[in-house]
Amino acid sequence: MRTLFVVLSALGVIGLAFWTYRGNYATQQALREVSELRLAIADLREELGVLRAEWAYLNRPDRLRELAGINFDRLGLLEFQPHQFGRVDELPFPGDAPEGWPEPLGGVLEVVGVLEAAR
Amino acid sequence: MSRAAVRVPLRPLSRILAARRRGEDPAAIERENLRRRHEQMRDRTRRRAEGRLLALGALFVLAFFVVGLRMGMLAASDPQEPRASAGGGSAIIAQRADILDRNGRILATNLVTNALYAQPPLMVDKEAAARELARIFPDLDEADLLKKFTSGRKFIWLKRRISPEQQQLVHDIGDPGLLFGPREMRLYPNGRLAAHVLGGAGFGREGVHAAEIVGVAGVEKTFDAYLRDPARNGQPLQLSLDLTIQAAAERVLAGGMKLFGARGAAAVLMDVRSGEILALVSLPDFDPNSRPAPPVRGPAADSPLFNRALQGVYELGSVFKPLTIALALDSGLVRTDTMIDTGGPLRWGRFTIRDFRDYGDRLSVDKVVIKSSNIGTARIAQQIGAERLRGFFSRLGLLEPTPLELIEAPGARPLWPRKWSEISTMTVAYGHGIAVSPVHLAAAYATLVNGGTLVRPTLVRKEGPVAPGPRVLSPETSRRIAQILRRVVTEGTASLAEVPGYRVGGKTGTADKPKERGGGYYEDRVIATFASVFPVPDPRYVLVVTLDEPEDATGEEVRRTAGWTAVPVAAEMIRRIAPLLGLRPDVEQGAPDRLTLTSN
Repeated sequence: MRTLFVVLSALGVIGLAFWTYRGNYATQQALREVSELRLAIADLREELGVLRAEWAYLNRPDRLRELAGINFDRLGLLEFQPHQFGRVDELPFPGDAPEGWPEPLGGVLEVVGVLEAAR
Repeated sequence: MSRAAVRVPLRPLSRILAARRRGEDPAAIERENLRRRHEQMRDRTRRRAEGRLLALGALFVLAFFVVGLRMGMLAASDPQEPRASAGGGSAIIAQRADILDRNGRILATNLVTNALYAQPPLMVDKEAAARELARIFPDLDEADLLKKFTSGRKFIWLKRRISPEQQQLVHDIGDPGLLFGPREMRLYPNGRLAAHVLGGAGFGREGVHAAEIVGVAGVEKTFDAYLRDPARNGQPLQLSLDLTIQAAAERVLAGGMKLFGARGAAAVLMDVRSGEILALVSLPDFDPNSRPAPPVRGPAADSPLFNRALQGVYELGSVFKPLTIALALDSGLVRTDTMIDTGGPLRWGRFTIRDFRDYGDRLSVDKVVIKSSNIGTARIAQQIGAERLRGFFSRLGLLEPTPLELIEAPGARPLWPRKWSEISTMTVAYGHGIAVSPVHLAAAYATLVNGGTLVRPTLVRKEGPVAPGPRVLSPETSRRIAQILRRVVTEGTASLAEVPGYRVGGKTGTADKPKERGGGYYEDRVIATFASVFPVPDPRYVLVVTLDEPEDATGEEVRRTAGWTAVPVAAEMIRRIAPLLGLRPDVEQGAPDRLTLTSN
């Protein structure tokens, strides 16, 4: 009985020691991962800053204006004019289209085209 | 111890006498006593020495114990490099926070670049390095570089900022003595846009591995501490400016300035309720990415760094008339239909006040503004009196620098007569003898038309609705003034300001420029201003456009008045920006429709 108790206690101590050892190393590993992730986050933040700066630079109004001018043939972009405001009841609904007109709401561009023609 | 303290005599008389009687040698007694005393002294010394040895021993034991303990601790702990960290997972994001416009678009941000420096003692081939560097950077001189490298200096800064491409080229030289230090750099991606508001930034204290970025002008300097505050964790500063509207306003103004050959121009667009400035333009402008050096000669106003909208304190002329009339209406001195004597010229002491042309003997108060009669305004100002007019201008903030969040604002002090005589009252009433900036004027007009509550101009975006300021005018007066301003456009001097759908109201002002060296005014140089509000009757925005020395030479005679110069520029600007502001055009109804439908 006494021997059994000693053996069991020894096994218990060994088990606990093994558990502590593993826990210790797992914690250290997790800490290492956290610090690596932090570094990665810092790097990504820096990259994000660069990308945001680049985005702002590429979208600066001067450049967009120039591009709209260069690509006028294809895009036909003009400055926003007061008459481009519409009302909901000006929007044609399917079936409203007079004979020979394109079917409305086929696409946004078509709607705009219809509005222009209706003016 | 106490025994030692009582000193035993070497030759005690009683014992010597006894010894002599017995026939013994008394010297033996003396020797005996001397021996005893020496023994005592020896014992004392030994005890002291033993105590010292013990203390020293204990000290050594303690020291070894501490060393052993520390070694044990070091052996038991993990090796770890010390690392700067703000804790809680929040690393320091950037040295300086971004500046955004009201919709969150970037106006200023940081970019990581490198600075280039040289350590000549580490260099392998100084001649080749100098040659290659001069090839990469055209602004560096080869002979000069070589002289620096061989001068025995240990450390030389070569370039403050270099691009990644340049860095690669320098890498390719392959000289170990050419080194890079990481730098954060302030970038204004939109270039010249809103240059005067942003100001610019430069390097403060500089080390090899980092350099401080400090604001040198504009909001960058005003909010320097705020932007650099680590406790805010990189939270951006959001301005009230709108990038798109600012860009459109700059473009229209630049076009107008070119068309009329003006030396400079300024525009301010302000929300009448919150005082937020949506666009603030001053031309000519500069690129804050490479801010030019301040001028060393010539007037400061000729430098592109000069912010005409804020620092340009000018006599603005007739645009002041609605302010005077507003006070007269509000205090009940006159009504819009009260007739005012405008027969002229009006002589006062040695001064003569004239009108641009003769408007007859009498005009109603609203016509005084619409026709822009100096004489009529001066007469009304006489009725108001000096103290009241001055008090009113003071309440509108026209006599103090603006509270705008730009470092230049406190320096832009309005000029007004310190000795406010009656003639001052009469001239100030129509905008002569008082000089304010376009921002001042925009804030005053905003107060005038927003229902009569004071507006403080600001460049920082306000969240949610803004509580109205203290009341300056009654809502009724405010409404009347807005209608009079509208009639200036429909039937008065600003007819070119008609923008279909937006019901613009406003007042023109053309003021002769004072000569720089004193001695009166130029005949042929003017400051043309148009202060406009839209849409009447419930104005939401104020736009002030000022042109410096414009000329319209397309007609038979050269025209310089604001009605022909500033007004068309402002109208074009409103046509461009009103849709961007989300204002829907509205068809003006001449008279309200009073017909009612009846059944037939």
